Order: sequence, then structure tokens, then C-alpha cells
Amino acid sequence: MLELLRQPWPWYVAGPLIGLTVPALLLIGNKALGISSSLRHMCAACVPAGIPFLTYNWRAEIWNLFFVLGIGIGGFVGYQLMGHPDTVAISAETVRDLKTQMGLTDFSGLLPKELFALENLANWKGWVFMVLGGFLVGFGTRYAGGCTSGHAISGLSNLQWVSLVAVIGFFAGGLLLTWVLYPLLF
Amino acid sequence: MKNIKYLVLGVLFGIILTKSEVISWFRIQEMFRFQAFHMYGVIGSAIVVGIISIQLIKRNHLKTINGEEIKLADKQYNHGTWIGGFIFGLGWALTGACPGPLFAQLGSGVAAAAVMILAALAGTWTYSALREKLPM
Repeated sequence: MLELLRQPWPWYVAGPLIGLTVPALLLIGNKALGISSSLRHMCAACVPAGIPFLTYNWRAEIWNLFFVLGIGIGGFVGYQLMGHPDTVAISAETVRDLKTQMGLTDFSGLLPKELFALENLANWKGWVFMVLGGFLVGFGTRYAGGCTSGHAISGLSNLQWVSLVAVIGFFAGGLLLTWVLYPLLF
Repeated sequence: MKNIKYLVLGVLFGIILTKSEVISWFRIQEMFRFQAFHMYGVIGSAIVVGIISIQLIKRNHLKTINGEEIKLADKQYNHGTWIGGFIFGLGWALTGACPGPLFAQLGSGVAAAAVMILAALAGTWTYSALREKLPM
């Protein structure tokens, strides 16, 4: 059993457990699953700068920051304490494509070091992947009113057509970047 | 102290994200290239379980542990839903992470996650400042 917990979990274990987070949050406190809101609360807490959208009682939403802190701790427990394989077992086709199209050679860890090592902030790769990428995540999720958790999981679980529109948007952006813009960048 | 339960649930959620490897950039690339079922299985089965759970809550008029009525707000549509969604999608394919995984990555020891979270905060702040000028 312990050995099973150490191994990467298959989708049919992880997915349903993620799904159960939706009723769990509702039952313990009437909260809707949504993580990108935490970014707004952090902005409101630290740099509201008189912006109307950041001027509200963020303390009333502090449960969200506790949840996010927990996710960070969970990342530590799940990766460092529970153990992990050296490489993520992605499909052979993906490895081949990333090698030939993007020139990646190091497939160890959760993210490719050739793009996400901090030294890359000295060249365009670090700025595009970490800084521009992160910026678009923060900007886009708030503009859309949610991310994968708030729209895809929580919103679609409640059969919200608005969330379906958002999720189609997520995939349109991701597919354009992967299939059209990556080949131009590399 | 009433927030500790959210911290505990967050820890469990973070462990699930990490152990299922959905916090890996490689997995997100595999998903956008349609080369494995893993991510679709995770997201799809999460939604199915979520739908069933919410239907059970609604039909049985379940209450919270404190006896409150469970309220589910409807999401409001505006043009930002798809424009913002598209922008997030670009960022998702670059960083290989949505906001939840970014925090899990940080905890797992990925230094780049700190940079990406700061950049995401800058993005959220910029959106907030420009909000009234953006199409809605």
C-alpha cells in the first residue's frame, strides 16, 4: 500500500479525488473551489494601490489563502516526502516531439531545466516561459473569472455554460501556442 | 482556527495534484499534443464526480456541517470569459501550469515557480488596473 502511494497516481484515482474536493469545500464551509482568486486576494492585501477591483474586504476570503498555502505544503509532502520518479513518464511521442521540435534533451524533474532553470532569466527563454507565461496566467484567469479549478472543475461540475466557454478558450490558447507559436519560436 | 480545515483540504489537494503529475510541464505538453489520455482522464473524471456530487447535494438539499443552506452562485458571462480564457490558455501552454499547480510546484521545490507566481501576481494586478478599459 505504501509503495502504491509513492508511485505516481493514475488518472482514475487522482481525478475522482479532485472532483470530491468540490463537494468537500461546499460541505465544510459553503466555498466554491477556485484557486486563481487567491492571486487577486494577494494583490488586494499587498498592493491595492487604490484600484477599485482590488479594494474589498479580502480578509473575508482568507480561507482561500489557507487553501493555497495547503496546496504548497501538499506539493512538498507529495514530492519530497512521499517520493517521486526522476522523470515524468510521458509518452514516447511527446519525448520525440520535444526533442526534435524544441531541442530539449533533459527530461528529468517536473519541468524542463533547459527552459525553467533560473539561469534562463539571462536569455529570452526564461522571460518568455516564466515571466510572460506567468503574467498571462495571472492576467487571463482573472479576466476569464477563473482557471482550471474554478471554471473547468467547479464551474462545469455545476453545469455552467459560461465555464464551458472559458474552457474552450483555455484550449484554444493552449493549442495555438503548442501547434503554431512553438514551431515559430524554435 | 476555523480556517485550519481549508489548510488541511489544501494539503490533500496539493498531494493529489503532485502525485498525479498534473503539475508537470511535460504532462501539459503531452495533453496539448493529444499524446496521452492522462490529463483528460484526470480532468474528465474530476468533472463527472463533481457533477454527481453537486446533483446529490442539490437533490437531497444537503446542508454544510454548520447547518447552512448550500449556495452555488451562477457564473456570469462577459466577453472576458473567452478572451481571458484564451489568454490564460497561452500562459498555460508556456508555464505548463495553472494557478493551483504553481503553488504545488513551489512546495515541491521548483524555484521557477516563485518567478511564475510573482509574474502571475503582476498579471492579475495589471488586469485589475486596466479592467475598466478592457472589453467586457
